[in-house]
Amino acid sequence: MDMSPLAAGAFSKLLERATGQELLAARRWRIETALGPVLKAEGLDSLDQLATRLGRAEEGRLIQDVVEALLNHETSFFRDIAAFRSFADEALPAIAERRIDTRRLRIWSAGCSTGQEAYSLAIQLHRATERWQDWDVSILATDVSPQAISRAREGLYGQLEIQRGLPIGDMLGWFEPEAESWRAKMELRRTIAFAVHNLMEAAPAGRFDIVLCRNVLLYFPIATRRSVLDRIAQSMAPDGLLFLGAGETVLGQSDAFEADRELRGFYRLKGWQAAQD
Amino acid sequence: MKTCLVVDDSKVIRKVARHILEALDFTVAEAGDGQEALTHCTTMVPPDVILLDWNMPVMSGIEFLRALGEAELPRRPKVVFCTTENGSAHIRAAIEAGADEYVMKPFDRDTIESKLQIVGVA
Repeated sequence: MDMSPLAAGAFSKLLERATGQELLAARRWRIETALGPVLKAEGLDSLDQLATRLGRAEEGRLIQDVVEALLNHETSFFRDIAAFRSFADEALPAIAERRIDTRRLRIWSAGCSTGQEAYSLAIQLHRATERWQDWDVSILATDVSPQAISRAREGLYGQLEIQRGLPIGDMLGWFEPEAESWRAKMELRRTIAFAVHNLMEAAPAGRFDIVLCRNVLLYFPIATRRSVLDRIAQSMAPDGLLFLGAGETVLGQSDAFEADRELRGFYRLKGWQAAQD
Repeated sequence: MKTCLVVDDSKVIRKVARHILEALDFTVAEAGDGQEALTHCTTMVPPDVILLDWNMPVMSGIEFLRALGEAELPRRPKVVFCTTENGSAHIRAAIEAGADEYVMKPFDRDTIESKLQIVGVA
């Protein structure tokens, strides 16, 4: 399907204005595939026609549909299993030790897509139920996409989705078959608060002890990454931990964070570690 | 390089699995039923992991798994069931019989890769 550079630019600008995310030229091939269902639903023949309609003020719903379609919801349970093991074996115990008096832990999964990361976190915590028995642990999971959050709340995953990264024992223990899919048990779902949140706006209220923002920053231009990281920094407890995706870093992208000296892949608010020396 | 034995009576499934596994740097051997797989494991160096179908002629996947548990092997391969038997009862039976993981067909490369990571061979 032909798409003029003007139309490609229009979709790109729309996505960036709504979510801060950029549609790199290398990813523009996705536009055609992603917007195919929108074209069909609107009875349009070309992406250029769609781009033209987006310029009209009354097309709020269509704009939202296009933004939703352009977002990448790729995710999986326990994504990057080695990093998740390090989170469970090192980061969680480290932060728990510092919260032994209050027995309160606040976790934010920022950019949770369709919820697999948040459910993985909840399962991880349930695996050590005894440890957290008398703790007040909360998981807030947010995403810019209302559709993704709606799916996350439902906790219903198709056969391919449920198998990606989720050990079979956890699937049997925490999910129930429903037609051809698997739904998270209520017991698991109620441990997570899902909410729509745009990382371009102020962070959700609270002082988070752990923030996961994995495979999200890569969609933002460098300058935007800096402002997103600044807002995350403001939402964190002074000794909180930031957990990024494999291959993501704050180096050169934030003055607010620095790498944890011991936990690989984790970041601390700048200055906190020096103050502990 | 890790080794995987693909046990399935469907040539097509074996071919698809081989394609995925070789792309993940596995050396792949094939068997068309449980008996052939048991012979492979007891007469040659056992593979690191076995991708195992359930319904096969001669010896089914679950029969093979039980026989494998009784066989004296220098090392026990990890076993990942890979079957269209997708009900909870079958999955539980497979785990009770000693399976390490379970893949419900149809599968894709991501599924196979992530299950191999879970059992520690990828």
